[in-house]
Amino acid sequence: MRYIEPHGHMVSRTTDDYAAMVTAGCAAVCEPAFWAGYDRKNAHGFYDYFLQLTEYEPRRAAKYHLPHYTWLCINPKESEDTALADDVIALIPDLLAKPNVLGIGEIGLNKNSRNELLILEKHLQLAADHDQLVLVHTPHLEDKLKGTRLILDAIQNFSTLRPERVIIDHVEEHTAPLVLDRGFWAGITLYPESKATPNRAIDMLELYGHQNIWLNSACDWGHSDPLAVPRTALQMRHRGYDATFIDRILYQNPLEFLSQNPRFKL
Amino acid sequence: MPSLPDLQFIAARASLLDLASFLDRVQRHGQDGDYRLEALREALPILLSTGPHRARRILESLSDQSQEPIPAATIQGALGAPKKEPKIS
Ligand SMILES: [Zn+2]
Repeated sequence: MRYIEPHGHMVSRTTDDYAAMVTAGCAAVCEPAFWAGYDRKNAHGFYDYFLQLTEYEPRRAAKYHLPHYTWLCINPKESEDTALADDVIALIPDLLAKPNVLGIGEIGLNKNSRNELLILEKHLQLAADHDQLVLVHTPHLEDKLKGTRLILDAIQNFSTLRPERVIIDHVEEHTAPLVLDRGFWAGITLYPESKATPNRAIDMLELYGHQNIWLNSACDWGHSDPLAVPRTALQMRHRGYDATFIDRILYQNPLEFLSQNPRFKL
Repeated sequence: MPSLPDLQFIAARASLLDLASFLDRVQRHGQDGDYRLEALREALPILLSTGPHRARRILESLSDQSQEPIPAATIQGALGAPKKEPKIS
């Protein structure tokens, strides 16, 4: 079996996790920039993190023969401080030249505040100006539905950002149809409690179709499982889906989206 | 499709018992006035409804239905159910 992990926060994981993922058939990992579990005090902290994502982590992954790609941004949890966010966004254009950068992400909303929305719009402008793919984080739990609606409306104010070049991640049953109906890609995150389980992810494939959807583990420093994607393949087998179907969902679909950036090669 | 009850009934039964024992536990410790428990009780009838999309409807029931951005984020996390504004009488 082969699969792509399109959303994994590998800076938070051990080398044992790299070994386990590759053993399970992982062919590439993509790492969006995210919250470190604490608020960074200034843009220097983000600059170091961006170097970790673009220089150090790809070298660590290469030791396990795993291609490593990344996405850059300031995440919405740290976007309430707009002066900090402006400083961080100013760092990004130069770093877009790094060979493993796929686009802008994971941007989005967290508590659906005005400042978060303002910084989301600045990232969208950055993506539009530099013709970048976009990966969007949607808020957690009770904030997800409202945040998804605000995000979709914000993106559609940028006429040059084509929906097929934007993935809205962490969809659940109440947001997947909103995302897919407007032509965006949808990411289903397999997270033990706060997002989707393998069974619910497969249900969403049955309900909303197999097009423009990827599955990811979003494994990070929190309660998460770097093997959630291949474990979902096992659940698919239990339900009677064959290897061709599993390959289509777990490998071909993310390949189709990510290959819109010619840097993504397997 | 293989028999889903054969595959998954025991797991679903365990989930139901987990939920029941959680409701017992919060009641026993006098915590069932929490607004999140109220939200859970409001969502429970959806489980018993016969129409499709129960998961989607439960998620909608546990969602903030307001539409405007909030003035400022005062916390970073989410708690699982929207806090209703106290009614002005
Ligand atoms: Zn993430």
